[in-house]
Amino acid sequence: MAAQGKIVWVSGPAVRADGMSDAKMYETVSVGNAKLIGEVIRLTGDVAFIQVYESTSGLKPGEPVVGTGNPLSVLLGPGIIGQLYDGIQRPLKELSKQSGSFIGRGIVTTPVDMTKKWHFVPTVSVGDEVTGGNVLGTVQETDLIEHSIMIPPDHKGGKITNIVSEGDYDLETEIATSEKDGETISLKMYHKWPVRKPRPYKSRYDPTVPLLTGQRVIDTFFPIAKGGTGSIPGAFGTGKTVTLHQIAKWADSQVVVYIGCGERGNEMTEVLVEFPHLKDPRSGKPLMDRTVLVANTSNMPVAAREASIYTGVTIAEYYRDMGKDVVLVADSTSRWAESLREMSGRLEEMPAEEGYPSYLASRLAEFYERAGRVRAIGSPDRDGSVTLIGAVSPSGGDFTEPVTTHTMRFIKTFWALDAKLAYSRHYPSINWMNSYSGYLADIAKWWSENIDKDWFETRSEVYGILQREDTLKEIVRLLGPEALPDEEKLILEVARMVKIGLLQQNSFDDVDTFCSPEKQFKLMKLLVDFYNQGQQAIKAGTSLVDIRTMSIIPSLLKARMDIKDDEMPKLDQLEKEMQEQFKSITGVKVSN
Amino acid sequence: MTTEGGVQYSKIAEIKGPLVVVDDVENAAFDELVEIETNEGERRLGKVLEVGNGKAIVQVFEGTTGLSISGTNAKFVGKVMEMPVSKEVLGRVFDGLGRPKDGLPDPIADKFVDINGEPMNPEQREYPKDFIQTGVSVIDGLMTLVRGQKLPIFSGSGMSHNLLAAQIARQASVVGTQDDFAVVFAAIGVQYSEAEYFRRSLEDSGALKRSVLFLNTADDPAIERIITPRVALTVAEYLAFDLGIHVLVVMTDMTNYAEALREISAAREEVPGRKGYPGYLYTDLSTIYERAGKLQGRKGSVTQVPILSMPSDDITHPIPDLTGYITEGQVVVGRDLFRQGIYPPINILMSLSRLMKDGIGEGSTREDHSEVANQVYDAYSRAQEVRALAGIVGKAGLTEIDLKYMDVGDVFEKEFLSQATDENRTIEETLGILWKIVSQLPKNEITKIKDKFVDQYYKGK
Repeated sequence: MAAQGKIVWVSGPAVRADGMSDAKMYETVSVGNAKLIGEVIRLTGDVAFIQVYESTSGLKPGEPVVGTGNPLSVLLGPGIIGQLYDGIQRPLKELSKQSGSFIGRGIVTTPVDMTKKWHFVPTVSVGDEVTGGNVLGTVQETDLIEHSIMIPPDHKGGKITNIVSEGDYDLETEIATSEKDGETISLKMYHKWPVRKPRPYKSRYDPTVPLLTGQRVIDTFFPIAKGGTGSIPGAFGTGKTVTLHQIAKWADSQVVVYIGCGERGNEMTEVLVEFPHLKDPRSGKPLMDRTVLVANTSNMPVAAREASIYTGVTIAEYYRDMGKDVVLVADSTSRWAESLREMSGRLEEMPAEEGYPSYLASRLAEFYERAGRVRAIGSPDRDGSVTLIGAVSPSGGDFTEPVTTHTMRFIKTFWALDAKLAYSRHYPSINWMNSYSGYLADIAKWWSENIDKDWFETRSEVYGILQREDTLKEIVRLLGPEALPDEEKLILEVARMVKIGLLQQNSFDDVDTFCSPEKQFKLMKLLVDFYNQGQQAIKAGTSLVDIRTMSIIPSLLKARMDIKDDEMPKLDQLEKEMQEQFKSITGVKVSN
Repeated sequence: MTTEGGVQYSKIAEIKGPLVVVDDVENAAFDELVEIETNEGERRLGKVLEVGNGKAIVQVFEGTTGLSISGTNAKFVGKVMEMPVSKEVLGRVFDGLGRPKDGLPDPIADKFVDINGEPMNPEQREYPKDFIQTGVSVIDGLMTLVRGQKLPIFSGSGMSHNLLAAQIARQASVVGTQDDFAVVFAAIGVQYSEAEYFRRSLEDSGALKRSVLFLNTADDPAIERIITPRVALTVAEYLAFDLGIHVLVVMTDMTNYAEALREISAAREEVPGRKGYPGYLYTDLSTIYERAGKLQGRKGSVTQVPILSMPSDDITHPIPDLTGYITEGQVVVGRDLFRQGIYPPINILMSLSRLMKDGIGEGSTREDHSEVANQVYDAYSRAQEVRALAGIVGKAGLTEIDLKYMDVGDVFEKEFLSQATDENRTIEETLGILWKIVSQLPKNEITKIKDKFVDQYYKGK
């Protein structure tokens, strides 16, 4: 029996209604004459506290509130890829068809086109024993995505009593039936799943395979694993969004879910305009063929912003269950936390730090725990992963504020963006001293097996140079660079080269925007060799000025832009030229 | 509740700060417009912030000074606050609530529009990429403005942000087009002289008849400031999306807006966020700034240049901080440069235009623009490091190359940054000076520019 009540109080996105004793926690309700969508977030006696996902302007006490009986859910089935949704899975394209350039209210749509026919290929037969999560067949959703049609995870199991033959069906067509204990269940190509409930899996693996992003400072220095968690905090203007876009563009995953949570409208437009034209470097297909966008921009209703994170992660888990690697990027979790704070304030809850509710930490933990590399339930066996990457927008760039500090407790890779680096146009402005990756040890194995056995040592050498520079900079700050001996001046020089030639990456340059792991290693190796040969040259009596003015240096620094991924021999050539030049300035052959 | 000639009035139960609590409310809606009327016949406007259980909390725009419990009635108008719009608003001056201030009658309305607007559907936005030439080298060269962008000026008290904003408003043009152009100016709690400077500047350049002014000066009611940017943007949206005009909206000073918001929040006894500002300051500011943009299939655009003064020049203060998270970049006015008498005193290292990358390059400015700008940023940042170092170890402790960078810093500030308030430089002139700066450096130091551009434009040894 659906609850039927009346509004008694309205304040912004918060509404109280009485006569709601039949309502359930987190049930979605229709609010007012305009039939706005809301969700029950507190029940006291017969009064329900409702957060409304649309603007409540003009709402009056006395207007009706009607329960739907269902928790806030997403529709999962073919047709999701390539969509731009709002925070509660309404396609923004459909909204614009109904209300024009601006977002109207009370619009009812379906998340995907229910009448579109998909070519279904069954993979089970009549008589097969199935359980929840079992694959019934496949649909080619886009050029890049083979979509497995799965039985809902909460299905009780049973025998297949009917399955359609290969052919074109729309989503409402019954494609199979299952039977258990005399009860027949109809199965379609879609099912619904409540967003606040993680989808079940059989078992979890340790994340040991790197998620390659083509970004050197991430892949080489602070890697993230498939199924891992990462956070990217930074003050405004430090390049959070550009870095996240880069990950969404180039990560070697099969599906990308990009959540614009309380951010700029133009950023979502940029993705929409750019992604269909960009090609996945591995398959050559348009990136939009693997991307789902969830947009709840800053000026859209704040309650739907809270929901957008859950909508996105549930979609990510759904594709994970097909055995795919999924990356979810959330920009920004701080805005999500602010929406929690706003609703908490209206509920008159006792605030913890900076007005945030006391359950902020547990909500963050629950969200990041939905990451992981798992074996899906049902047959056949499928392994997939959800990697969660959340941006944090600390107020005033202060990393000690509640959202950043709590997030750090639940993630393993931390990319600290640095305003000072950004001011000097060092992009990505990931600070190499403050960032860390908890996956380094596990992932090193992959690099040594697949790229070069010396990967870990070489990385440690480069990182060592950066650490030495950090200490030496203190001395220079007090005494000036001339106070240092040549060997140490060379460290400063090479550290500068590492920053320009390796750590910096121009995401707007056609070549530099993506860097293959092979090229990443080779560039790093070149700089380490330069350092070692330079030190030998100085020991042999060569002056630092001669090393500094070597004509090879600009080529080494521009190699990231000038040499394409498929031109690796040019890097070998560069290595040779470098040795020649060292030879000519020292007059002796320097051994490598 | 009493009924008088078909109109229903309600009694006031409580007055606190800018709020009145109205009793006996039967049929009020959230956000509804309220007319407050005193026994003497004075009328003020307000809106419903919270309604329920027979009570409504109403925020009074003109303030509650002089209101009494017994002598005041509230009338619920039955609609949200609307602004009458038409082409006739061009050339007019309004007060902070959108009422004529120039002695002329109300413009004949083409239609009435809800001042809160509705969020633009991101799917319907058109990504902004038309380069606006402001004629100010530092903006055109290093933090390019594009049509439909929101690019604030972060300044401090007493600095020359108004000169700059007025110069942008006078000179802004899109090279090679003859589209309609208009300026909407919203003064939010600024001194009369500042508003007047802006008006005169538009008048002198003959742009006043293509402008709409909304003036809430420092002596006007503070709570009215909540409304001023919204009525201004409602008019701007109408001009842009109904009439196809490219509109530049200058709003000054957004700090006063945020303070008005804080005053209301405090009166409602809400749990504060940082520095007493409400937790929803970010969301609230975004409902203003996100009204900039372009829409598919419509000709016009809304470009915003909000100005805000950073309290104690602190960029981490909540107002500039949250603004920077919403806007597409920021132009930061630097106290040091201002003290040196440099105009415009823009700290380029802290400034940024996020939409620059798509507004420049081949076809709009020049293909080498992005790379030469990057190199200059890099060089100027090195120059600043070297200057800091020279302050400690003296010039003698510097290397030869360090000294070169110091020269670059000087050339940059004297020849590129400095500009007269009536000097309108073309983009070619601006790029020319950028290359002049880069040419001060030895070729070995040029690491951000492709060789083909170096060969073409580099003039150093």
